[in-house]
Amino acid sequence: MASTVAEQGEDEQGRSPQQQRHAGAEGGAEATGRGKAGKLTWRIRLRRDKSLILMTLPAVALLLVFNYLPMVGTITAFQYYDPLDGIGNSEWAGLANFRQLFGDPLFWHAMENTLYISAVQLVLFFPIPILLALLLNSVLNSRIRSVIQAITFLPHFYSWVLVVTLFQQMIGGAGLLNQFLRQHDAGTWDFMTNPHTFSLLVTSQVVWKDAGWGIIVFLAALSAIDQNLYEAAASDGAGRWRRMWHITLPGMRSVIVLMLVLRLGNALSVGFEQLLIQRYAVGHDAADVLDTFSFYYGIGTQNYSYGAAAGIFKSVISLLLIWGANKLAHRFGEDGLYRK
Amino acid sequence: MTALTAPSARGRSRPRNPNRPAWEEPPSAVGQSAKGLTLGTVVLLIVFPVYCVVLTSISTPGAINRAGGLVIVPDGITLDAYTTMLSDGPVRRALVVTFAITAVGTAISMVVSVLCAYGLSRSRSLGHRFLLLVLVVTMFVNGGLIPTFLVVSELGGYGKYWSLILPSAVSVFNILVLRSFYSSTAAELIDAARMDGANEWRILWSVVLPTSRAVTAVITLFYAVGYWNTFFNVMLYLPTDSQKWPLQYVLYEYVNLGMNMPGQVNSGFGVSGHSQTAPLSLQMAVVVLTLLPIAVVFPFMQKHFAKGMLTGAIKG
Repeated sequence: MASTVAEQGEDEQGRSPQQQRHAGAEGGAEATGRGKAGKLTWRIRLRRDKSLILMTLPAVALLLVFNYLPMVGTITAFQYYDPLDGIGNSEWAGLANFRQLFGDPLFWHAMENTLYISAVQLVLFFPIPILLALLLNSVLNSRIRSVIQAITFLPHFYSWVLVVTLFQQMIGGAGLLNQFLRQHDAGTWDFMTNPHTFSLLVTSQVVWKDAGWGIIVFLAALSAIDQNLYEAAASDGAGRWRRMWHITLPGMRSVIVLMLVLRLGNALSVGFEQLLIQRYAVGHDAADVLDTFSFYYGIGTQNYSYGAAAGIFKSVISLLLIWGANKLAHRFGEDGLYRK
Repeated sequence: MTALTAPSARGRSRPRNPNRPAWEEPPSAVGQSAKGLTLGTVVLLIVFPVYCVVLTSISTPGAINRAGGLVIVPDGITLDAYTTMLSDGPVRRALVVTFAITAVGTAISMVVSVLCAYGLSRSRSLGHRFLLLVLVVTMFVNGGLIPTFLVVSELGGYGKYWSLILPSAVSVFNILVLRSFYSSTAAELIDAARMDGANEWRILWSVVLPTSRAVTAVITLFYAVGYWNTFFNVMLYLPTDSQKWPLQYVLYEYVNLGMNMPGQVNSGFGVSGHSQTAPLSLQMAVVVLTLLPIAVVFPFMQKHFAKGMLTGAIKG
């Protein structure tokens, strides 16, 4: 994704001789088909490319309706939206929704939860795929390596309902752990409904589901490191740990920075579905984050404009975070999400 | 140098691993076993819950009673839960609904994405930079939850199946991956086809698609898994219409929240509580059902993944 965005600047220059020939051939007589600079006029390019443009239209139309129209729809945050009147006819509210939002202790509580869970995940989740990738990379038998990778990879494709249900069955009130504890008269310990350890629970679920997925990028970075460096270092007497410190980690640096930038940019998005599913069990006090706040107080109570205001607030801060995280990456001399 | 001499010193007890590069010192016994233990634990943590769930779903009520819940050691095996579940009732309906949504949704997504990706794959075509921008912007900016909900609702999507498909039919990321593959299709092939009088549609169908099967397979599976896992859109657009619920939502309501499953003998009153919910084997069978297709499809995904997705994502 990152390099996709960054690389588009180079597309225009990559004009192969075949394409030039093709362009000339379909443009008819070369002299009439070209403008001043020897370029094809847009009319001729349109005739040549009309089926290509036509092909993009279904996707563009869907994006216009379901992505761009909602962007326009954010104006509901500045209205008292009434479903009966629609977006076009609802009464204007100015900044009233935002004023109410910033004075709402529940909103600030959701903000606090978001940042807290995000921080816990940054500390406890982020390093795990890196460590696993290093570990897996050191497994010499390629068959064992790919089997382990496949197994750790699989939960990424499970739905959140499935993951939460599996956790519930293992460590929930009626789950396997408590079943065992009860049989040995050791009391019970319900992780699923305990608001105090909720951030740890949520993080462990993320680790279980996505650590294996996170490995891929780091493994790719590891495989791109020149093996001769290791050999040279080893013959110079560098041991295992020094090689890791001086070769492996610098080799992974840009990927780690990129992942960190993405993570920081998404700091306000902490497992929406995941928390939504568990809100009932653990209570809103622990489980309300910005996204679920927007959902429950926007759609649940049908106070749509209020929810939309919370949504806008989140989007704006998120954009600032992405921008800031990129600045930070550039400061470290890395590309980050986009180049300078 | 030390690295080269080290193996011979220890190599007497253990033969040298041929996969190990010559310069690398063999690991200590402690290090080796710590590594094995860690990886073993990781694998166990992932496999064990699924094992328990599968085993419980095929256990007899007696076995479940004796175990006091989830079954770890096979005791009595029966497929009753599956026959009950699939004979009639909400789960069977949900299964049909889910398969239909997955099939229709994936078909729509693939047609739209492949066309768009090919349409944007020619680096000199008119307007492709603008169209790309239109796509990429949506990766960074979005209207947010509520406005999307309002737009879909105002278009009449509330309570309709299409609200589970169309709003999320296009994944820009998937299109960009496809596009990067199509861009790298050999220009000679495309030129040859054009010489033979093929138009763009024909080139896409007969030249580009056949040469990019791996990535097509991966993206298809990505979309399919997405539709199979549809959950939040159900909560948004079909929360009360239990007749239309797909599998994930059935799992949420009847297993996760422990609501009464209609048609069960023990449907008493009250919301949750252990005695009134569906039998554990049945609940676990629902879990297995949501999991099974993913586990079945996964090896194919894995096979194509390395060459399909990774190169695409990294190359951009």
